[in-house]
Amino acid sequence: MSRDIAILGVGMHPWGKWGRSFVDYGVVAARAALADAGVDWRRVQFVSGAATIRNGYPGQVAGATFAQALGWQGAQVNTSYAACASGSQALAAARSRILSGECELALVIGADTTPKGFLAPAKGERPDDPDWVRFRLGITNPTYFALYARRRMALYGDSVDDFAQVKIKNSEHGCENPNARYRKRFTPAEVAASPMVANPLRLMDVCATSDGAAALIVASIDYARRVGRGDAPRVAAISTVTPTFASSTIEMPDIATDSAVAAAAHSFRAALPAKAYEEAGIGPADVSLAEVYDLSTALELDWIEDLQLCGRGEAASLLRGGATRVGGRIPVNASGGLACFGEAVPAQALAQVCELTWQLRGQAGARQVRDAKVGITANQGLFGHGSAVIVKR
Amino acid sequence: MTRKTEKPFLEGWFAQGEAGAHLLGSRCTSCGTYYFPRQARFCRNPACAGEQFEEVPLSRRGRLWSYTDACYQPPEPFIAADPYLPFAIAAVELEQEQMIVLGPVVQGVDVAALTVGMPMELVVETLSETATERHLSWKWKPAP
Repeated sequence: MSRDIAILGVGMHPWGKWGRSFVDYGVVAARAALADAGVDWRRVQFVSGAATIRNGYPGQVAGATFAQALGWQGAQVNTSYAACASGSQALAAARSRILSGECELALVIGADTTPKGFLAPAKGERPDDPDWVRFRLGITNPTYFALYARRRMALYGDSVDDFAQVKIKNSEHGCENPNARYRKRFTPAEVAASPMVANPLRLMDVCATSDGAAALIVASIDYARRVGRGDAPRVAAISTVTPTFASSTIEMPDIATDSAVAAAAHSFRAALPAKAYEEAGIGPADVSLAEVYDLSTALELDWIEDLQLCGRGEAASLLRGGATRVGGRIPVNASGGLACFGEAVPAQALAQVCELTWQLRGQAGARQVRDAKVGITANQGLFGHGSAVIVKR
Repeated sequence: MTRKTEKPFLEGWFAQGEAGAHLLGSRCTSCGTYYFPRQARFCRNPACAGEQFEEVPLSRRGRLWSYTDACYQPPEPFIAADPYLPFAIAAVELEQEQMIVLGPVVQGVDVAALTVGMPMELVVETLSETATERHLSWKWKPAP
């Protein structure tokens, strides 16, 4: 029996710093996805929202918030929170309902309004919270990205010029994307002239935080066939696995890794796509394009290796050869990635799926990856949350 | 001028002994897994049901796994000097414990002085100050 579900519609609100309520953005994205699917909102049976934690109670019950904004119509409702993987967990909830036969048509939605500057922890003196401890010490999110970047330089000989080339590639992709926030081609000189944030990463190496929204209309394969959309792109896998003890890479927001004296060391990032490949019965060689979480330029290179698109330590040479740009063998972040979007946490994993859907339909315009058949996403956030989603046609 | 009160920014996370500074960790008496910060109730090794821990000082020397710096003033609860002073940050691999521990690098040591793989040692130094208090933290320092 197929474990796939169909993606009938996708929609986004352009990323930016618009300063409006996240609900406004979500409604725009949902209506775009409904129109794209040709579905009347009143027919949607399940609303699966990805929560935002910086927008008060409405953000914490995002599923109900969007259901109310779109007009109460008696749908079942759910809200998921999993940091950067919130959208994927919301999608997984919809898939479970669909595959169990509880519903056949669902809206999956995430939207955010973000504050300016560093993402900061909740207020109050909370020494039991590692997120409080690390900020008290001055360890921000870019600290971790920079530690990984420096490690790549020491282990594999990557250079800051390689990292800049990731930004340049993604900026070329994103300037063709109407939903991207930053639509400007960058030069190596501009990246090199941007201020240092966390050595070796400069401002142009690190992603911003943004406002934005993304929504999907997903359905059972039966439903898709009944409405003449049996050929719609399908979700073939959703991996939201936790790390495996002993988690050996220092991860946000922790001060220390697990100790690996009693159990073998494992990499969390590598585990996420491995589970997705297993679930889809698809291998890295089948992948046409990847949307990965380039919180920093250097992190994109880590993800390429974790997705097994090349051997460990070889991502920079893949980049240098042009393989990861649109037109290359395995385009990465054809959307422009976080470099051009900035992070709108609950919407980001869904935005990745929107991009894969447009690519697999051949609707990505100037950034179209030729004959795209299989796409994979990867992202990771705080406290062992991450996801990888495979979309195929 | 009155002398400022000195206190650790977190109680029970590190100590200054006769042999030097060390982090206060714990070790599961069943499987031997080390913890920092200390774990005292349940072992997080999924193959271990241990609930007994001994407090142990962690190795005060390790190798530099990676490093960076904080060029911009971090948000609260970080307490910044005025004007803000950028500082380096180290991730140090402890061989015996097989874990990596983060910490600020001592004042006056810039990223230019650091190399992945170099030996590092733990010291205690001022993290932040208010009008009446001086908050101490563990920090990493290149070892001789």
